[in-house]
Amino acid sequence: MIELDTTDRMILRELSRDATQSASALGRQLGLSQPAAWRRVRRLRDLGVIKGRRLDLNREALGFGVTVFLGVKLATKGRMSIEDFERAVAAIPEVQTVEHILGLFDYRLRVVARDIADFERVLRRRIMMLPGVGEVEANVLLSEERFPGPIG
Amino acid sequence: MLDDTDRRLLRHYQHAPDLPPAELAERAGVTPATCARRLQRMRTAGVIRGNHAVIDWRALGYEVEVSLRITLDKAQPNAFDELHAAARAVPEIVEIQTFLGRVDLRLSVIARDMAHYQQLYRDHILTLPHVADIEALMHVARIKSDELLPL
Repeated sequence: MIELDTTDRMILRELSRDATQSASALGRQLGLSQPAAWRRVRRLRDLGVIKGRRLDLNREALGFGVTVFLGVKLATKGRMSIEDFERAVAAIPEVQTVEHILGLFDYRLRVVARDIADFERVLRRRIMMLPGVGEVEANVLLSEERFPGPIG
Repeated sequence: MLDDTDRRLLRHYQHAPDLPPAELAERAGVTPATCARRLQRMRTAGVIRGNHAVIDWRALGYEVEVSLRITLDKAQPNAFDELHAAARAVPEIVEIQTFLGRVDLRLSVIARDMAHYQQLYRDHILTLPHVADIEALMHVARIKSDELLPL
């Protein structure tokens, strides 16, 4: 497991707020020289603690008024059906995330659509046509909040 | 408000949010000055809300991720706000979503191992106010997680 010191934690906190900050801006804020800040950011990236970046776009402003989470149960379970299902579902452009879960459902999908009519199209023509798909439950997203997590 | 060039820029930008500005401009086929101006305009207009580092919690020793689907006790008028406020105070809760549907809320919880999860569950989840029912779903794997919009 990777050990972080207080400065690493502050860097993670800052970069999860805004990843576009330069090493010199970051250093100024945390009382580090530009090269020292740069080295630490690079180390966190090399260790895989920072695994990438995520652009946060305003979905509504871009015409995607509806986000729906679908719980999907597979009707048939075998190695082949799971692989076929995963490949096919990941290829649907409106499906933003696919998570394999244990519990009430087998998969959790995040789906974006322009409106409810558009969502119905995606559900009927894409999701319900997936190989092996069984029971589907839909919950429409109303609000969403993300937090930096237990950085300390 | 957005034209084809804006959408093209966003398409490239969301696929590679860590591209240096000059390279992003080149991929989208615009000059660096145009690229910078358009991105700035979209930031001001709130179309681009942020660019966030993604932390790999597994690399930091958090092996367990659980989705808690919560049904609220709607007889309580402030149930929603009070639960939201209490959940916000738990650092291991990394996401709170609210829904229209069979469940009211979903909390995404991370923990170092099952023992840690059990402790979080007992000390911070079961003590959340106005919960009528909780269902736990354990994450096994992420098949797709880029969250790209089909622009």
